[in-house]
Amino acid sequence: MAVVFERPHALADTLMHYCPGCTHGIVHRLVAEAIDELGVEDKTVGIAPVGCAVFAYNYFNCDMIEAAHGRAPAVATGVKRTHPELVVFTYQGDGDLAAIGTAETVHAATRGENITVVFINNCIYGMTGGQMAPTTLPGQVTATTPYGRTPKIQGNPVRVCEMLSTLDGVAYAARVSVDTPANVRNAKKAILKGFKNQLDCKGFSIIEVLSTCPTNWGLSPKDALSWLRENMIPYYPLGTYKDVDAPKEETK
Amino acid sequence: MNKVTISSDRCRGCGLCVDVCPKKILTLDGKKLNSQGYHPASVTDAEKCIACAMCALMCPHVVIRVERDV
Amino acid sequence: MKGNEAIAEAAINAGCLYYFGYPITPQTEISEYMAKRMPKVGGLCLQAESEIAAVNMLLGASASGTRAMTSSSSPGISLKSEGISYLVGSDLPAVVVNVQRGGPGLGGIQPSQADYYQATKAYGHGDMHLIVLAPSTVQEMATLTGEAFDLADIYRTPVIILADGAIGQMMEPVDFSTRKPRELPEKTWATCGHRGARKHNIVNSLLMEPEELERSIRDRFERYRKIEENEVMCEKYMTDDADIVVVAFGIAARIAKTAAQIARSRGVKAGVLRPITLWPFPNKEISALADTAKAFLSVELSMGQMVTDVKLACECRRPVDFFGRTGGVIPAPADVAEKLCAMARELSI
Repeated sequence: MAVVFERPHALADTLMHYCPGCTHGIVHRLVAEAIDELGVEDKTVGIAPVGCAVFAYNYFNCDMIEAAHGRAPAVATGVKRTHPELVVFTYQGDGDLAAIGTAETVHAATRGENITVVFINNCIYGMTGGQMAPTTLPGQVTATTPYGRTPKIQGNPVRVCEMLSTLDGVAYAARVSVDTPANVRNAKKAILKGFKNQLDCKGFSIIEVLSTCPTNWGLSPKDALSWLRENMIPYYPLGTYKDVDAPKEETK
Repeated sequence: MNKVTISSDRCRGCGLCVDVCPKKILTLDGKKLNSQGYHPASVTDAEKCIACAMCALMCPHVVIRVERDV
Repeated sequence: MKGNEAIAEAAINAGCLYYFGYPITPQTEISEYMAKRMPKVGGLCLQAESEIAAVNMLLGASASGTRAMTSSSSPGISLKSEGISYLVGSDLPAVVVNVQRGGPGLGGIQPSQADYYQATKAYGHGDMHLIVLAPSTVQEMATLTGEAFDLADIYRTPVIILADGAIGQMMEPVDFSTRKPRELPEKTWATCGHRGARKHNIVNSLLMEPEELERSIRDRFERYRKIEENEVMCEKYMTDDADIVVVAFGIAARIAKTAAQIARSRGVKAGVLRPITLWPFPNKEISALADTAKAFLSVELSMGQMVTDVKLACECRRPVDFFGRTGGVIPAPADVAEKLCAMARELSI
């Protein structure tokens, strides 16, 4: 019997705390698969955020550091600059990366830090019970936008890939989704590329993964995936926003 | 025969595998409750499995292992 | 050499090749000096986007087992307090320099000691202490920096160098060879890639289980007890026969020494006890002096913060008075001497 699919070695053999149907688990697996395929687990250091993925340090078999909320890119910079031979990645949510950590994100990117940022965009603050995130869509109801997000009052959602793709230090910025097996495969390719860029010292790579939050969206796991397709993808179009490898005209 | 192994004790009964299986041979076992209190996914007709691993691709809790009969 | 530069050079001599900074008067020379020197010694001086980012870069560097440093001045240190608390909670060695300026708020850029409470009691949330070293000469800016890195590694804790704008900007001769480095433990806990040789390390300050969190805090406080027993440093100046002992650190201690001489010339036997470690505070030494001295005077560039610790140290067995200027005003030795003579009259010493 040939094994077609099994848990990647870099993913710890432990029960993850994520809610039923939460796609964090899929992205954790994709990151672990990329680490396995590149054979770098023994020299990888991951930086866990504050948010639902705060326990990520228990879910990877490589060395892990827990960063303060929003500061993972700075911590990653500290590790990478003192140990360039290490493979350093951060795993962050939309609040961590695009709210409190915006400055750290933008400056790590514009410095061209040779790190890989895996950015989970699920339009909500999951861990704290469903509050508005910087990526919450206009009209979207959350615990802190009970009448739906109103841009005049609560501002507009941030398109991170587009924003960061204008920065010279960024080697790769792509937005993917994990709502269908095909998209999961694409997401895997993008994450693998993000890690490979680091090995080739290309500079800052960010992979934004559109993700679901069944519990706080108040939807079944299945409906959450459809909600993502119908609402998030139109506002956050999938695609590669910057790729120093690609010939000029191909990126958006 | 292709083989799908589900560690049912870790399954959270989210049903994503059930929805995505092209052969519709996965279901949430309504009669069983795992130690976490969920109805775990289970294979109804292993014969029809084509080892496409779509279920495993979509499983957020990494409880599915797929083997192809070579 | 300037005090600020002495800190930078001493850090490099202590094997600290990574410095994360952000410009703020009166400590910017540290960053500038590092920017010039680090490339020459194969090190890195990185100016971060904020003091917050800088202290978190320090956390990353330290977590991976590397000596690193950050520095700032009062407002910038307030920004770093969350990061400092994370360093404590993750049991990470680090050196943080605060070249104090007038506060609160934007305050002023003249020297001050008004961050005493912040440094010794409130550098971050949670049960924690920090070793706080207070240099009063440019030479001490160097020696205490080397000491700070060793203490940080030995006790796996951040160490604060609490200087002030005066000493930072002052120029005095420095000898970098005087300090004997101490024996250091190996950093087996570092997250520098497990190389297949060990289970993965986790540097983390999150412990959801109350008993687990309590245990980690109690372990840390066990180390604090050892620090309090072994690492207190202070200087006694003319205290053996002193009736009134001035307690002062940093720039204030230099003023107090001159004032003590003036007071003696006017018949008042004064001496100075200069804490070099603000935490652990020299409680035993002050308590011992309470047997011989009749009163204490805390002299600070603030509205009086260390004065409370002096009262606690001598368990109020002796009257403890305060004299200080704040906002960046530096008290004159003559005024301190005048205060000493007034005290002597009041207490009919």
